[in-house]
Amino acid sequence: MKQKNIHTSQYFNLEGSTIYVSGPLNIYNSSGFLHDAETFFRSNPGTGFSLNLSGVTRLDSAGALALHSLQKTAQQHNITLNIEDTTEEISNKLELFRPVENKTVAPGKKEPLFYRLGDSAVHIFNEYIVTFFYLVSDILFWSVKDVFNSKQRRRGEFLNQAVSIGVNALPIVASMAFIIGLVLALQSSSQLRNFGANIYIVDLTVIAMMAEMGPLITAILVAGRSGSAIAAEIATMKVTSELDALKTMGLNPLRFVVIPKIYGSLITLPFLTILASISGIAGGALAAYLYLDITPEIFFNRMPEALYQKDILTGLIKSIVFALIIVVTGAFFGFKVEEGAEGVGRSTTSSVVAAITLVIIADSILGLMFY
Amino acid sequence: MKENKIIEINHLKVTFDDREVLKDVSFTITQGDVTVILGGSGSGKSTILKHILGLFPVEAGVVNLLDQDIATLKEKDELDFYLKLGVFYQNGALLNSLTVGDNVALPLEQHTDLPPQLIEEMVRTKLNLVNLEDAYYLYPSQLSGGMLKRAALARAIILDPPVLFCDEPGAGLDPVSLAALDELILKLRDQLGMTVVMVTHEVSSILRIADKILFVEDGVIGFDGTLEEARKSPLPSLKDFFTVGTGGKKG
Repeated sequence: MKQKNIHTSQYFNLEGSTIYVSGPLNIYNSSGFLHDAETFFRSNPGTGFSLNLSGVTRLDSAGALALHSLQKTAQQHNITLNIEDTTEEISNKLELFRPVENKTVAPGKKEPLFYRLGDSAVHIFNEYIVTFFYLVSDILFWSVKDVFNSKQRRRGEFLNQAVSIGVNALPIVASMAFIIGLVLALQSSSQLRNFGANIYIVDLTVIAMMAEMGPLITAILVAGRSGSAIAAEIATMKVTSELDALKTMGLNPLRFVVIPKIYGSLITLPFLTILASISGIAGGALAAYLYLDITPEIFFNRMPEALYQKDILTGLIKSIVFALIIVVTGAFFGFKVEEGAEGVGRSTTSSVVAAITLVIIADSILGLMFY
Repeated sequence: MKENKIIEINHLKVTFDDREVLKDVSFTITQGDVTVILGGSGSGKSTILKHILGLFPVEAGVVNLLDQDIATLKEKDELDFYLKLGVFYQNGALLNSLTVGDNVALPLEQHTDLPPQLIEEMVRTKLNLVNLEDAYYLYPSQLSGGMLKRAALARAIILDPPVLFCDEPGAGLDPVSLAALDELILKLRDQLGMTVVMVTHEVSSILRIADKILFVEDGVIGFDGTLEEARKSPLPSLKDFFTVGTGGKKG
């Protein structure tokens, strides 16, 4: 009895047991067509219909697949649906745009949680930790070997890197260290004044800047500035096959690209650290003069009493370790890049985050060692 | 009866830093044709393509695509305009952060309200058309050069655009894959009535699919005619293209 009813939709009409589809069926209206058809099928389960497509004026791939999908929906409601009366053009399109059997499986969906966790742990250990230590050993080996072998060293490259990593970073490092020295002394001054221990502002500033803040500020700024640049440069070279080109020209990419950066940073970072420390102490001296009435003369006369050779050495050793960490981390993430611009961006970000984290961890360890 | 003009360019002139790249370019492309823009390296083929697509501002002359003057295209009309175009870039230009399936689905997800199930079926169908169904969950970095191109073609045709632009589609493809790609482009043209504009150097491909040849030389259209006319053209540089491209010797 239901087959005798006339059902009307924006997209089709039912006359007897024939569904007449009319107008265009395309990406913009297929969704509405399917929705109306499903509603209709739900109210007419277990029946049989013919689908008349002679009124379809234009059919695109979405429309064709919607018609195929309609047959599946009909089956779900135990409805038999036969396509009849189509033009050759519509038939061709229905043939061209047929649903494809899904033979692929979404990755990572089949394995159990603990299997995937274990797999990730092994992957991180092999891909990150083991590879990192291999890279460190390679870099240390070539760094030492190349000191005595200048054949494969690019002329002027060490100087370029020293300028790029060290000299060009001086203005930002010095100004940041000055501000931090000033703020450090300023924050401490009120507490020291309460105890009448104004003069100890000198000890506090000098030791903090020389042994701790100077190396740390320098390393963090250089990691952000040069560590990211190293990672981006190597990553770009990898995705553009420049590293492969070096290899096939018989050049060791690590030796050619990374070692000059190691030399450049190892030489300049200690100097940069000393200048940062001096700049920070100058900032502290200014705060001491302004808030604790300690003149620069008193400040600098007190300095030799407060400063031990050990503090200077601690700062220098830290700066050398930090230089290695920054370059090695940048190189590691540069070499680890996966293809594409997205990968270069990810490597750069990871290298900065990892370098700063490792610098702070190393600073804590060295701080405890030289305490 | 291919009379509908899909693209019409009149007196297009382009200069880059006082260097005249296109001196005076005029031509029309009719609906349903496969038109190949041919020319030597640096002759300005890609510049023409980028002007048609509105990627470069028109400085002098008129560029009309689908009855729209590109120079007067308003920002609010840009979306509707670009939905009618499929562009197949030389290097694929797929988004590396998305899987192939997601790359192809992107225009559908952004511009239609089709249900996810139908979107997935459309993506799989288009990937199947370019013989790349197995790459649904792969990332572009996991594909070979030829696979990247086919994935890019699937993305370009996902909205069944009336006009398909192809920039060097055959570069880097083996002859068998190239022939399959040509066959697919012809099928799309025949079934969907697509107009195809192609920049290519592959003579074998040109001989297979071109209806019309536009030969760019010295900043002007040196030849504008059918494939048959192009093969018989006395223009020496065009003659060399066909002779050398089919294994003969220059001159």
